[in-house]
Amino acid sequence: MKLHIDLEKKLGKIFIQVKTEVSVERIGIFGDSGSGKSTLVNFISGLLLPDKGEIILDGECLFNSQKGINISPEHRRIAVVFQRPMLFPHLSVKKNLLYGYKRCRAENRRIKPETLIDLLKLHPLLKRGIENLSGGEKQRISLGRAILSNPRLLLMDEPLTALDDTLRYQIIPYLRSVSEEFLIPYMFISHSLAEMQLMTESVLVLNNGRLVEETTPEGLARNRMAISQNGYLNLLRLTNPVDHKGLFAYCWGNNTLHVSDGNINGDALFELSSREIILFKKHPEAISARNLLSAKVMEIFNSEGRVGIVLSINGEKLVAEIVRSAADQLNIIPDTTIFAAIKASSFRRLT
Amino acid sequence: MQLTPEDILAIWLSLKIALTATAFALPFGFVTAWLIVFKTFRGKIVLEVLINLPLTLPPVVIGYFLLLLLGKNGWLGQLLNESGFPIIFTWKAAVIASVTVGFPLLVRSIRLGMESIDLQLIEASRTLGASWPDSLLTIILPLSLRGIIAGSSLMFARSLGEFGATIIVAGNIPGKTQTIPLAIYDYASSPSSGKMALTLCMISVIISVAVLLLHEVLGKQLDRRSFL
Repeated sequence: MKLHIDLEKKLGKIFIQVKTEVSVERIGIFGDSGSGKSTLVNFISGLLLPDKGEIILDGECLFNSQKGINISPEHRRIAVVFQRPMLFPHLSVKKNLLYGYKRCRAENRRIKPETLIDLLKLHPLLKRGIENLSGGEKQRISLGRAILSNPRLLLMDEPLTALDDTLRYQIIPYLRSVSEEFLIPYMFISHSLAEMQLMTESVLVLNNGRLVEETTPEGLARNRMAISQNGYLNLLRLTNPVDHKGLFAYCWGNNTLHVSDGNINGDALFELSSREIILFKKHPEAISARNLLSAKVMEIFNSEGRVGIVLSINGEKLVAEIVRSAADQLNIIPDTTIFAAIKASSFRRLT
Repeated sequence: MQLTPEDILAIWLSLKIALTATAFALPFGFVTAWLIVFKTFRGKIVLEVLINLPLTLPPVVIGYFLLLLLGKNGWLGQLLNESGFPIIFTWKAAVIASVTVGFPLLVRSIRLGMESIDLQLIEASRTLGASWPDSLLTIILPLSLRGIIAGSSLMFARSLGEFGATIIVAGNIPGKTQTIPLAIYDYASSPSSGKMALTLCMISVIISVAVLLLHEVLGKQLDRRSFL
């Protein structure tokens, strides 16, 4: 997908100005509330008219103020998953799902309802009214409805914000799988660094209505390590849990990690803050932390006074964060071997 | 309970006028409410004031204005006369009087129903490929049904009770333009017809209760069919 945006609009006191050209399939739009993320979504979907500029998607001009072009939302084939599910309350789950599909021209009907219903595991919900569904189920249907309209671009405007943490990370695999399975490029809007890491490959950062940075999710996480509440979030997929003296021993590549908040029922995604990792220059003989790993320093980066240490632990990547004085004292340089200690309780299970 | 043939005609005429007025006003009421709720345009305030004016004016004043407009010297009245469609002092004039007086109530109710629709639902429908008329029919119309039912009931009830404007533009001609309120007025003016007036009053009550019940039943059915 190739998207060219060059737009301006004055909205009250805020002046929105975004100019960029992106050609990746999974774009993230990151920014605080009020930074103009949703406004950008509305521009692209055609729900809001910019004062001037142009939008070109895969060579087709959707909007051009000078030429007087403004394709209406229903003809853009750009579906939106909103923050709230926005299911039509007077229609059943099935009719909600098929709303866009029925309005899609036959030659564009690439995704069939049956395939999508299987993928999103929606069968048990089809005959139900939408008022009896949980928040996660509603958002899954909202996603299914958008996908079934067979869009050429999917805009997800903070689709996980209204959900609690557990549901949020249950939905993410669905969001990714539909896009990967059906090859639909998407723009994912969020103010969560973890969501950006999980969902995107390129990130546009908005601030006060302006595009201030174009980066990768990794670059974004590193840049915000010092200012973010939880530092750099390491996302670890841990597998094959076994019970181990009241803890859970998971495989992490060729390593074993001991985790207190585990679950014996299979693989899980964990979050580990860079601040929860303690580094030792030499092997400490005894330590209360249940995970002590030998690590090779791969890279060192600065983030507003903090130092990020990229470690390789038997080929698995982990980012630890220390203050500048600690870095100087430990004299950490690339290619040296150090030890990383992590408490079993530092891992936060996401799924 | 004894009803004269004129009374029966008055009841029939009342129902016919109220039904016609409601059915006639409904599409206009829906479009007007939609314009007010969802559209921005110049002169919107003027439109709102004009629509709501009959709520604040005495019905007799409205009747008088309609008489000036539709009477044989009124510009519209002359036009209609020449086209062979005289309106004044016919049941159609009573329909126009009812529409004028009841329209603000109808629009107000539909508007309340429409204002409770989340705008993002309409936006969602648009991004899913629905044009605006499609969105109007498949999202706005079904979601404002409650307001439409409430508005229609109010309009129907208001038309049944219409007196002031009707007597001026349609007169009080038994069997032709005499509705229940006008017949009661006639009976009440004569001391010996108190019983007859009371009978028609009771029939008014029965029709009103029936309208309210129907409104409730339709509302309940709508609840049950909250998903179709």
